[in-house]
Amino acid sequence: MVAAMSDVYKAIADPTRRTILDELIERDRQTLFELCGRLTMKHGLTSSRQAISQHLDVLEAAGLVIAVKEGRYKFHSIDTTPLRAIADRWPQQTREDTP
Amino acid sequence: MRINVTSIFVDDQAAALTFYTDVLGFVKKTEVPAGEFLWLTVVSPEEPDGVELLLEPSAHPAVPPYKKALVADGIPAAQFAVGDVQAEYARLKGLGVTFTQEPTEMGPVTTAVFDDTCGNLIQIAAMREAAS
Repeated sequence: MVAAMSDVYKAIADPTRRTILDELIERDRQTLFELCGRLTMKHGLTSSRQAISQHLDVLEAAGLVIAVKEGRYKFHSIDTTPLRAIADRWPQQTREDTP
Repeated sequence: MRINVTSIFVDDQAAALTFYTDVLGFVKKTEVPAGEFLWLTVVSPEEPDGVELLLEPSAHPAVPPYKKALVADGIPAAQFAVGDVQAEYARLKGLGVTFTQEPTEMGPVTTAVFDDTCGNLIQIAAMREAAS
């Protein structure tokens, strides 16, 4: 399934969701419990577990997070592939007269 | 009033006693027949008169789905204090214990989460000493 780009923009528009991606870059493959702990203890976020779960659903719909069931556990992994389309659409272009 | 016993639901009491003593290092405190099961508790050898952990059968039909849902989301059923999370992680890993969360600094505390083989996740935690 290829996520619509509008889903990707929507997903990364929210600061909590960007923080979730930051934490998954630091350590891929986390349970909901670990992610909630990191958001609370490291970032002082007060979102409920249910709210974090909903943020993960949005990130999943955008293809940025993949939830994998491994036996009895469910782990969340990051996939930055959808972000590449942004750089492809607006490739780096620096003005030569920029100081 | 004081807290002297806390409980954890285990799938099999005999297997739980083995894991909680041989692997984790607790010692058996009480074993009394109670109907078809046992009143079975362990304590920490560091605190033989401290809080007892009751290894309670998962017999009630509400228990298995409750445990399953917690485990799927990585939520621990109990927490134990250790001196050094990294050292305990290495020791348990060497004994074949499965971790769902490797040692992680969470603000002032370091935690890790493992599977107790009895249908639960357990968190181990240590407060980090304040930097001087």
